[in-house]
Amino acid sequence: MSILVIAEHDAGGLKPSTLNTINAAAKIGGDISVLVAGAGCRGAAEAVAKITGVVKVLLADNAAYAHQLPEALAPLIAKLAAAYGHVLAPASTFGKNLMPRVAALLDVAQISDIVGVEAPDTFVRPIYAGNALATVQSKDKIKVVTVRGTAFPAAPAGGNAPVEAVAEAAADPGQSKFVRQELSKSERPELTAARIVVSGGRGMGSGDNFKILEALADKLGAAVGASRAAVDAGFVANDYQVGQTGKIVAPDLYIAVGISGAIQHLAGMKDSKVIVAINKDEEAPIFQVADYGIVGDLFKIVPELTAALPSKR
Amino acid sequence: MKVLVAVKRVVDYNVKVRVKADHSGVETANVKMSMNPFDEIGVEEAIRLKEKGTATEIIAVSMGPLQCQETIRTALAMGADRGILVQTDAELQPLAVAKLLKAIVAKEQPKLVILGKQAIDDDCNQTGQMLAALLGWPQGTFASKLVPAADALEVTREVDGGLETVEIKLPAVVTTDLRLNEPRYASLPNIMKAKKKPIETVTPEALGVDPAPRIATLKVTEPAKRSAGVKVPDVAALVDKLKNEAKVI
Repeated sequence: MSILVIAEHDAGGLKPSTLNTINAAAKIGGDISVLVAGAGCRGAAEAVAKITGVVKVLLADNAAYAHQLPEALAPLIAKLAAAYGHVLAPASTFGKNLMPRVAALLDVAQISDIVGVEAPDTFVRPIYAGNALATVQSKDKIKVVTVRGTAFPAAPAGGNAPVEAVAEAAADPGQSKFVRQELSKSERPELTAARIVVSGGRGMGSGDNFKILEALADKLGAAVGASRAAVDAGFVANDYQVGQTGKIVAPDLYIAVGISGAIQHLAGMKDSKVIVAINKDEEAPIFQVADYGIVGDLFKIVPELTAALPSKR
Repeated sequence: MKVLVAVKRVVDYNVKVRVKADHSGVETANVKMSMNPFDEIGVEEAIRLKEKGTATEIIAVSMGPLQCQETIRTALAMGADRGILVQTDAELQPLAVAKLLKAIVAKEQPKLVILGKQAIDDDCNQTGQMLAALLGWPQGTFASKLVPAADALEVTREVDGGLETVEIKLPAVVTTDLRLNEPRYASLPNIMKAKKKPIETVTPEALGVDPAPRIATLKVTEPAKRSAGVKVPDVAALVDKLKNEAKVI
């Protein structure tokens, strides 16, 4: 049995999510090949060749795969997949965009966002935003799977696999074209990747008041999030939203400020390692999941906390 | 152009889901059901395209038991023109849904299919991409902005590091992300009007699709529970706990 891992990479080289995915592949067991498809991606291929457990790197370096659009990549992967028992990719926006397209071309199901491997055909994945865990078994010949990076440690360096060019001719179906990319230039880390997240809720009172959270976040090197109530009230933009219909986060430290703890918010942050709640209502449900709580006026407590912390910068 | 929107009936996002005692799944009996929030955004976007004159007709499609009619009615009350229900009591997985949608697309010939990027029950995030593959159409997933162009769509997509804009030729499949729009509430007169809008009912058999699941759910369990921690009296005590007990700062 052998496994094909689809590498995620960009102009900056190999993305770390690829290493978590290789680790999940190692848990399944079998020879691991890694496909690096893109334009000008030899560097990423050489980087992944040095990862422990990788026996072969397939390099599809072609202008047709620039920006890794799924319309061009999926047919290539579906062709290569015939020789493998599993095809794995990170459950990032890259993998989520691509892999269902691959699965449908193969007429197989796709298993999304696995957090555990029970057997080569059996996986654990969160459903209902992590409020339940499903153990699922695939009946398909080829298992197409996306892997949640936070659930598997990164595979270490230490390999020396050969890099082979893919023989398949590339065809650009000409249906889609890349126009531009605007990557967030925030000084703060990305919400889903941050080690610390500071979130505000309806208790913040206004968007202007989020400034005190930003000051706290900057002191901690944290990302800023919000509850749906705060987003619905127009305090901050939609992309701040943590919750079942927003972003799912699992940082080392989550500080919930003026957030009552509606179910849909808890669904998005309850896997955080340590949760701190600051709320004036001591009955607020957020305190039932918080490791540490302070009951009181957030407008007094947050600046005090900011002042009490040593600067990270 | 004709626009097809797919709408799924799911457990309302405000309901605290409970795992069944026999671990066979999640309790859905006597639980409030609503339209999947991402699909609501899809319906809203289709209506906005119609208000701009880009879309001519909006067809809302749902699949599952008879009660999915209510979900279609919600879409009709928001502004969709008619509905199609693929009625079945069988479990439908994303690949089967994509195949059923493909059969409906063959019949209705829409130029654009809009779906939510994922349903908040199974969290799969697959159906739109699968449908695009089966149709051989381009896809604009996780869309936060749609700009119609001549026989194409400019789609701004939410990607991990920010935004990516692609141009896709029509016909195409689009899946919605949160920032695309804020869905409207249906007004009472529109709810009344929606009752008179037609809903056609078909079956998977009539569409020539075998919806048999490819994935067996062996068990569903509850994740490890969090227990309430301690309340601390002041900021100094909190900082001390975070530094010396939790060691996270």
